[in-house]
Amino acid sequence: MNKVLIDLKNISKSFDDQLVLDDLNLYIRENEFLTLLGPSGCGKTTTLRILGGFETPDTGCVIFDDKDITKLPPNKRQLNTVFQRYALFPHMTIEENIAFGLKIKGKSKSYIDDKIKYALKLVNLDGYGHRMPDSLSGGQQQRIAIARAIVNEPKVLLLDEPLGALDLKLRQDMQYELIRLKNELGITFIYVTHDQEEALTMSDTIVVMNQGYIQQIGSPEKIYNEPENAFVADFIGDSNIISSLMVEDKLVNILGVNFPCVDTGFGHHKPVDVVIRPEDVVLSTDLEKGRIKGVVSHLIFKGVHYEMEVMANGFEWLVHSTGMFPVGCEVSIDVDPFNIQIMNKPASEDEEAVKLDE
Amino acid sequence: MNNAQLKKKLLGTPYFLWSLIFILIPLGMVFYYGLTDRSGAFTLNNIISITTAEHAKALWLALLLSLIATVLCLLLAYPLAMILCNMGVNQHSFIVLIFILPMWMNFLLRTMAWQTLLEKTGVINSILNFLHLPALRIINTPYAIVLGMVYNFLPFMVLPIYNALSKIDRSIIHAAKDLGANNIQVFFKITLPLSVPGIISGITMVFIPALTTFVISKLLGGSKVLLIGNVIEEEFTQASNWHLGSGLSIVLMLFIIVNMVLSAIFDKDGEGSFL
Repeated sequence: MNKVLIDLKNISKSFDDQLVLDDLNLYIRENEFLTLLGPSGCGKTTTLRILGGFETPDTGCVIFDDKDITKLPPNKRQLNTVFQRYALFPHMTIEENIAFGLKIKGKSKSYIDDKIKYALKLVNLDGYGHRMPDSLSGGQQQRIAIARAIVNEPKVLLLDEPLGALDLKLRQDMQYELIRLKNELGITFIYVTHDQEEALTMSDTIVVMNQGYIQQIGSPEKIYNEPENAFVADFIGDSNIISSLMVEDKLVNILGVNFPCVDTGFGHHKPVDVVIRPEDVVLSTDLEKGRIKGVVSHLIFKGVHYEMEVMANGFEWLVHSTGMFPVGCEVSIDVDPFNIQIMNKPASEDEEAVKLDE
Repeated sequence: MNNAQLKKKLLGTPYFLWSLIFILIPLGMVFYYGLTDRSGAFTLNNIISITTAEHAKALWLALLLSLIATVLCLLLAYPLAMILCNMGVNQHSFIVLIFILPMWMNFLLRTMAWQTLLEKTGVINSILNFLHLPALRIINTPYAIVLGMVYNFLPFMVLPIYNALSKIDRSIIHAAKDLGANNIQVFFKITLPLSVPGIISGITMVFIPALTTFVISKLLGGSKVLLIGNVIEEEFTQASNWHLGSGLSIVLMLFIIVNMVLSAIFDKDGEGSFL
C-alpha cells in the first residue's frame, strides 16, 4: 500500500447556517485515483475546494504530506485544479495558458518551451500552441486545462467534474484519456463527479457522499456489489431494494418466500433491506424452477440487454436479461444466494447518515 | 419586398427621420458653415484659424484638462469598480444606487452647486474660515474645472469598468491562484488585461464630453479660463460668427473621431460598452 498523502480530519463546513460537511474524515493515498461521488449538494465539491484552498473549513484540518495546510492559500499548495468550465485565460494563447504557472515560478524559457511541447503531446494537441482558447472545442479546452495543471508537476491533481460539459461520446473518450494520463504521470487524482458510470470506470477508490456525510468508501467492485445502505445501492446503478425479514443466518424472507443467502450476523427475525441488482434476477418460463412467480409488465430493448419489469408478490422487480420475455408472459424468479446483499434498515434517514459516518 | 420586410422598414421610419432632422442635417450645416465665409465662398480659413495663438491655447488647455480629468477618473473608478465586484449583490446595488443617484439630477444644477460650494465666500470657505484655516482659492482656476469634470463624469468611468470586471469568471481568478499567482500577479496578469475593454470604453465616455464641455468651464472657470468649447460657444452666441464656430467644431470633431477609432481598435467586441 502506498503511503497516505492527504488526511482530512474532522472537517466541518457550513454556508449561511446550512451544514454542507459534517465531521468528515478521509485519507487519500499517494498515486490513488480517488473519486468523490454523490448527488449535487452532497458536499463533494466543497471537499475539493477545501483541498484546493478556495474554502477554509469551519473545524478540522487538512494534512498534506505530514504538514498542516488548512490555512495555506491556494497559490502555495502543491496541487493543481482542473475546473468544471475549463477556466482557461481567454486573453492568452494556449501556450501562454500552459506556461502561466511555470512563468510565475520563474522557470527558464527553454524549460518552459520543453514543458509546453511535452504537455501538448501528452494531451494529443500538438500544434495548437498558438491558437486562442475560444477557437478550441470543449473537449480540447478541457485537455488544455489538464495540460496547464500538470506542467507544474503537482503531487495531486484535483478535477472538479471536468467532463460535465462534454457530450457522451467525448466524455467516454476522455475517461480513457484520464486513466492513461494518470498512469503515465504517476500522481494522485482526486476526481469529483455525480456520474456513477464515470466513477466506476476510472477510480481506484470511490467515496460515496450524501448530505455532507460519507456513505461508503471502497473499490468500484465493492461499492457496486456490496453497497452498505439503500442510498449507495440506489445511487450506483439500478437495483431492487426490497424490505425483507432476516429469518436466521444465511436465510432471508423476501416478499413471503425464503431465499438462501450468504450473509450472517443480522440476528433472527430482524427487518432488513435486501439489494438485488437487476442483472442478477434470473427469469425462467419453467414455473417450477424459480421461487416466486410473476408476470412481465414492461419490456424495453436496451441494446446489450432487455430491461423488463416483473410484477411478483406485490413488488415490481427490475430485471436485465439477454433473454426476451414478452409482456404478459408468466415467469418464475430466482436469485443466486451470492447476489443477495443484506443491509440493516435505517431507523430514519438522518440517523442513517450519522450512523454511517461514525 | 415581402410584408415582414416592409413592416420592419416602416418601424424604422421615426428613427430615420429623427436622425435626419437632428443629426444629419445639423452636421451638414456645420460642414457648410465651417467651409464657407460670410459671402458663401469656399474657404479653409475657419479651420486654419485653430492655429492662432488664442484658439490653439484653448484647444491645448481643453485637451490637457480633459486628459487629467480622465486619468483621475480612471484612478478613482478602478478601485471602486473592483470593490463593487467583490461585494455581495445586496450591498453593491446600494452603492451603485448612491453612485447613480446624482446622475438623476440635472447636470447644470450639480455644477452650479459646486460653484456655490467653491466660491470665495462659499460654503467650503465659510467652514474653513470658521475653523481658522486658510481659505481655498480654486474657483475660476483650471483646478475647479478638473474637479467639475471628475465629479460629473466619474460614473461614466465606473460603470463600464464595473461591467467588464463583473464579466470575469471567478473560476479564472481561482485558476490563476491555483497555478501559483499571488493577488498582485492575478491583478496584473488576469484582472487588468481582461478589463481593458471597460477601461477603453470608460476613457471614451469621460474624455469626449470633458473635451467638448463649455458649461463646466464657464461656471467653475469664470471668464478667466477659456476652453475650446467656450471659444466655439462664444462664436455662436456672442460674436455671431457661425462660420468660425463651425470651423473650430470640425477641428474638435477630428479629435473625437481619432479617440473613437482608437477605442474601437482596443474594444473589438464592444464588451465594455454598457449603454
